[in-house]
This record gives sequence, C-alpha cells and structure tokens, in this order.
Amino acid sequence: MKLTDISNNINEWFSGCGPLADIVISSRIRLARNLAGHKFLSRCSSAEKTEILNKLKDVIMSLELANKVFYVSVDEATQLDRNFLVERHLISRHHAFSKGPRGAVIAQSEYFTAMINEEDHLRTQILKAGLQLASCAEQINKIDDLIEDKIEFAFSRRFGYLTACPTNLGTGIRVSVMLHLPALKMTGQIEKFLNATRDMNLAVRGLFGEGTEAAGDFYQLSNQATLGVSEKQIVSQFEDNIIPEIVEYEKAARQQLLTNKSEILDDKISRATALLKNAHLISSQEALFLLSHLRLAINMRELMGASTPAIEKLCSVGEKNKEDCLSIATINRLFMLTLPAHLQLNYGQELDAAGRDALRAKIIRSTLNG
Amino acid sequence: MQCQICNKTEATIHVTEIVNGQRAEMHLCPQCAEQQGIAVKSQMPINELLSNLLAVQPTDSELFGSTSEKELSCPKCGLTLEQFRKQAALGCPDDYKVFEKSLLPLIKKAHNGKTNHCGKIPSKMPADTKKEMELSNMQQQLDAAIKKEDYELAAKLRDKISVKSKVQK
Repeated sequence: MKLTDISNNINEWFSGCGPLADIVISSRIRLARNLAGHKFLSRCSSAEKTEILNKLKDVIMSLELANKVFYVSVDEATQLDRNFLVERHLISRHHAFSKGPRGAVIAQSEYFTAMINEEDHLRTQILKAGLQLASCAEQINKIDDLIEDKIEFAFSRRFGYLTACPTNLGTGIRVSVMLHLPALKMTGQIEKFLNATRDMNLAVRGLFGEGTEAAGDFYQLSNQATLGVSEKQIVSQFEDNIIPEIVEYEKAARQQLLTNKSEILDDKISRATALLKNAHLISSQEALFLLSHLRLAINMRELMGASTPAIEKLCSVGEKNKEDCLSIATINRLFMLTLPAHLQLNYGQELDAAGRDALRAKIIRSTLNG
Repeated sequence: MQCQICNKTEATIHVTEIVNGQRAEMHLCPQCAEQQGIAVKSQMPINELLSNLLAVQPTDSELFGSTSEKELSCPKCGLTLEQFRKQAALGCPDDYKVFEKSLLPLIKKAHNGKTNHCGKIPSKMPADTKKEMELSNMQQQLDAAIKKEDYELAAKLRDKISVKSKVQK
C-alpha cells in the first residue's frame, strides 16, 4: 500500500460524522507499553532496537484486526512521507523525527496505529470521529489483550505498566479529544476555557501546526495523570463530564454570536469567504484560520438553522441546485488536503513555500467558486 | 507571657475555646497544660518532627534523590539518577525498583498525589495476585468516591469489596 492511496481522501476521523462532530472533531486513545526483559529505548543499542522492532512488528502484523494493516518503516521513509503521517495524525511528530530503527503499523481505514520504538517500545492508538471515547477504549483494550497474549509487557504490582517516563506510568493511557471552538474564541472566552482545563490538570495544545498555538481554533485536550486512576474513570470523566460541558459552552457562545453579535459574526464570515475565494497565495496558517470561520458558519446553518446574510451568501456560492450546497465534508476536506505534506504528496513532487501557497489558494478557489 | 496557672514559666501553649458563643482564651506552660490534660504528654523530638515533615513535603533536591540512591547505578542498565535528570527518561523497568525512593515524590507530583496503580492488570498475572490487585483497585475507587461524596457509588463498591474479599478467603 502506498501513502498516495490515502492522501487524496480525508480520513474517517475527520469525516464530520460521529456524535457531536460539529464541535468534537475526533476522539483518540493511546496506550504506552514496553516489553519485559528489555531496556527502555534511551539505553538500547541500535541492534536491540531492531530486535524490539521486529518482535513487535511480527506480533502486530499477525493480529486478526477488523481492518487490513500496512507497515511503514519510519526511519527509512522520506521526510515528506513522515510529515504526511504526522498531518494525518497517524504517528506523532516525535516518532517521525527521532532517531534509530522504528516503524508504524497502520490500519488501512486509519482507525488504528501502532508506533514501534517511539518514546516507549509500543504506543498503540485508536482514532475515531466525534465523541466516541468509550468505543475507542473498548477497541484498544481488545487489541492490547491480543498483543499481551503473545508477549509480556513490563508491569509492576505497585506502579502498573512501566514506561520510560514516569509521567506515563500505571495505565499508560492518554485520552485526547480534538475540539473546534471558534465561537469561544470570537466571543473572547477561550482564556476561561484554557484556565479551567489547567485547573483540572489537563493538557491543551493545538491540533494542527507545530507550535502550541491552536491554528484554526482546533484544540486537543488530554489527561495528564495516568497512575492511581483507572482507564474507565479517565474515559468516563472525559466523555460524561468534561467534554459535554465544553460543548455546551461553545454552543452557548454560538447562540450569543447569533443573537447579540451577528455583525461580528457576519464580518468574520464575509471576510473569510472573500479572501478564500480570491486569494492567489495563501499560507497554511492563514488557510486554517479562515476555513475555521467557514466551518463555523456551515455548522451554524445546518445545526442551528442560522441564516444571516453572510452565511446565506457563503452557502449559495457557486451552486446551481440546493444539493450542491457547501457542506462540512467539503470544508473538512479543504482543511486536510491543503496541509503542506498533503499538497505535495498529491501534487506528485516537493514544492517550496511559495509554490505550496499558490497551489493551496488554487485548490480552495476552485472548490469555493464551484 | 507567663503561664496563667503557675505564673512562673513562659506560656507556650495558647488555647481558644468557644462555648455557647462565649470565647475564652488560656495561655499555659507545657507542664500546666499537661496537668490540665490539654497538651499531649509524649512530644515528638524536633528532629523526628522535621524529618517527618520533609518526607511529606519534599524539597526540590529531594525530588531527585535521597543520599543513599544518589550514588547508585542500576545493575541492569547502568543508569544513575544524575543521568535520569539530564535525559528525563529511565533506562529500564528495574529503575523503578532501584530508584523507588527518589522517584516517588516525582511520581506523586505527576499523578495528583497517587502512587499506586489502579486499572488494567495483565491477564497472565497469577490468580491470587490479580485478585489482590483488584481489591486494592476497588479500595482506591472507594476512597475516591467518598472524597467526591458519591455515596451511592461508594456503597456499591463497599459491597463488591466485601463479596470479593470473602471469596478470597
């Protein structure tokens, strides 16, 4: 399987489906595990890393999973392929650009990845669209059981699953939810949200881009503590309490924009529409920022029946009949396919920044102008 | 201030009592307080008190090593605490045993004060170990439920624990 087989489509987790998908983009659960009887990676020779890699690769490739899997040798992959896998959220940035023998087993539908020799010997992940943490937890637990049938993980009675960094100790579970919170940002309430999450000892980072800044108003919220609290407790805290509450805040902010600040809303949507429809050079950051406003507009129209002049104008753009109306799937597709590595992989060759900006603008223009 | 009772020794124990809205203050020396049944007879020597406090609230230097473990290196991977501090990663699973004392404050800090696993147990664990761990898991959940004042859940957990521990016997 080649990466170009998937690079032209958006992945399932960004399909716009799933519970609360207008605000909760996706749910992800990762488990950190290490083989018993081996050193952690920082003290392993290259030969020992290769031994671990082969052992885990063989075990995981032989599992009977719901979906066919393929293997990527990350250390041998091109820079572009690695960047693509990161943009796709199939491997971590750390995994893409660290050193030594390492790889990833990826399900063709992209719901499952196993990163081998990342920070720990094994990091498995399940990724789904919308708020589906309980289902992610169930699936990853089953896969973890299947793997554990064949090999032994480092485990202590006191500390649970042992990890290279003590911060992942115990369950080794990292629950992450990606959120789109443009209205909280527009109404100036995002700081409140960030402070509240810090008080709850949760980690927040941006979903796209390298820095911590949340480009396109996409935020990723994760648990930090992994010891002394069960997988079930962490998952239910997220799924039943934290996330529904944040979703309510974002919904309230959207309502507030519609009833009290529709001029601000319309201004942002009109500007975003005009720029995206007319620009000939557009950077990745700018595209994320502007597409975020379009995504908000369409969701407000579809789910809240919102109908302001700017929203109507945006949604009727270039369409001949009503079925062609700009959809969330189209916008999500633009988000994903205009990321730097996606652009280049689909174009068939590497491009410099100016070339990428031109190609990105062209794709967006042709999509929005119909 | 002199002791209110003997008027001789320095008052070092100060008691404020509020009975029926009436506030009453007493200033006593340790001997008279003890006679009044106020002060505890066996006082903890100061050095013992200090070391107990330090164990509860580790200083920065303590986060990375008690003197006994500072010089140690892991027999399996050769890691020392100094190296751990530099690379922020452990060398092998054995390090958790070798450097347990030094790692504990750090673990506590990273995991909201928790230092014991609660959650998945490998299916290959011996049955009695597994049961023992499950009981300790449930006990931790019970403690958390009580703390959150979720008494309905706490009652359920308490019943589960009593059933499970009987089966064990």
